[in-house]
Amino acid sequence: MDVTVSPAVPPLRRSPFRWRRWLRKAAFAFSVVVIVSPAILVFLWMLSLSLKNEIDNIAYPPVFIPSPPTFANFVSVFEQNSMFKYFWNSVVVSGGATLIALAIGIPAGYGIARTGAHRLTVLILIARMTPALSYLIPLFAVFQFLHLNNTLTALVITHLVITVPIVVYIMAGHFETQPRELEEAAQIDGASAWGAFRYVALPLARPGIVVGFILSFIFSWNNFIFGAVLAGRETRTLPVAVYNVLTFEQLAWGPLAAAAIVVTLPVLLLTIVIQKEILTGMTAGGVKGG
Amino acid sequence: MSTASVPLGVVARRQRSYYRFIMPALVVIGAVIIFPWLFTIWMSTFDWKIGTEAHFVGIANYTALASNQRFLEAVARTFYFTVLAVVAPLILGTIAALIFHRQFPFRGVLRGIFIMPMMATPVAVALVWTMMFHPQQGVLNYLLSLVGLPPSLWVYSPQWVIPSLVLVEVWHWTPLVMLIVLGGLAALPTEPYESAKLDGATEWQLFRYITLPLVAPFLLVAGVIRTIDALKAFDTIYVITSGGPGTASETINLYLYLQAFAFYNIGNASAVVVIFFFIVMALALLLLYVRQKTKWT
Repeated sequence: MDVTVSPAVPPLRRSPFRWRRWLRKAAFAFSVVVIVSPAILVFLWMLSLSLKNEIDNIAYPPVFIPSPPTFANFVSVFEQNSMFKYFWNSVVVSGGATLIALAIGIPAGYGIARTGAHRLTVLILIARMTPALSYLIPLFAVFQFLHLNNTLTALVITHLVITVPIVVYIMAGHFETQPRELEEAAQIDGASAWGAFRYVALPLARPGIVVGFILSFIFSWNNFIFGAVLAGRETRTLPVAVYNVLTFEQLAWGPLAAAAIVVTLPVLLLTIVIQKEILTGMTAGGVKGG
Repeated sequence: MSTASVPLGVVARRQRSYYRFIMPALVVIGAVIIFPWLFTIWMSTFDWKIGTEAHFVGIANYTALASNQRFLEAVARTFYFTVLAVVAPLILGTIAALIFHRQFPFRGVLRGIFIMPMMATPVAVALVWTMMFHPQQGVLNYLLSLVGLPPSLWVYSPQWVIPSLVLVEVWHWTPLVMLIVLGGLAALPTEPYESAKLDGATEWQLFRYITLPLVAPFLLVAGVIRTIDALKAFDTIYVITSGGPGTASETINLYLYLQAFAFYNIGNASAVVVIFFFIVMALALLLLYVRQKTKWT
């Protein structure tokens, strides 16, 4: 048998530890790039489409960098639609529905967490599960009866279908993880259940409330179907207005991309501005793990 | 339990006082959610098209649906879509959460970018993907050609339309899973890790035997939310394909929309809602059963 003599320790083995650490770092950096790039590239493509003229937009191979960039698409979208009015409609509807949901949903989430009333969580879950479309026909009939059709009030009420379950669900989950010892101490010292909630549990729950507010507002802002069916010409929300751009400009990609940016930029800016809040909201409760 | 030392009467009174916290929400939920449910069940027993007289038909709408080929196919399609659109984001979201849980340069900025899709308006997202899916001028086929793959018809092919729509759904909602799991990771205690490391555990063992069991409740929450949203998916499908080509991407929700707001067939649409509701209910009970078993509180 031929025995292969392995060479003496190769010089590289002098610092195998550093080598492997470098490799692992590179692999980690690569995985970060892989996981983040789809998110950013779709948005960059949207931006690119909105800043190019139609010839560049349908060119093959695609033109990636607009040269020179043009704002003509945005101008045409704003000229042909009352975008400012639709924007304000969306602010009123989503803001109103979210504030009402917080006012009633935070105490409800607290009550559910402290009584272990999980049947209510089930109700909320099923409410979340039912397709939004199915609420539309009955509510439409009621609004007709109350002469509320085509009003923003009707839209705010309908958007409660979205915002209340989200806030209750998030707050119930948050209060369940929040220790109740302090509240019990306050109650032993004579505070009422409401007092313990208002002065002890509520201030501690701020991170959870921030998360609930943001998610509720965004899901309401993004809702398309309620406005599409219930809103009139004057009370359209922004997503409905943007979809209308699609039906009128099937083949004009520039204006379409510009309209898409107009509706989604506010929530994206909100995301960037508030990102740290979401994060502290999710990490404040716990010790940082290693 | 701290309540064990308190007399039972006090506990009961305390329980009652907490119900007052819940009442306002219950009233609103009753008005905007439970009332429409009951109204829908009532309407589902009528043969009613908007603009015509309503006739009571009992369960005829349901028996008609039971043998309605188009509806049954929509149900099967919805399950196909849902399974893909739940499993893929759960796996990718967990991986992303593990990545973002570590410290690295620009972590905050990159995390902000990563969660942008879930905040983006579905209609806007759908418009952009519609343009990217375009077989001739779409950027996706160009990217395929760069890596030497043949062009795809994407949403224009009956065979690939559902996976293509799932791709949009995965892009859109993986960040939500990531955020929920990241919240779970942040709440993890450090002690088990320290003692396990002292005992010489590998990184895989740390993940498999400490991290995974501890974040399992959060994964379950993410799974529940994802299942709900995938079943209900409407905006992106409606804007990108409207259920097409043919009926190749017509899920229950799309079928429902057509019945209610294209054919104004309110009775039939209401019956679809009720059946959809029971499908969802069955899934809810299944997931809650899992929740019970895992003793998540």
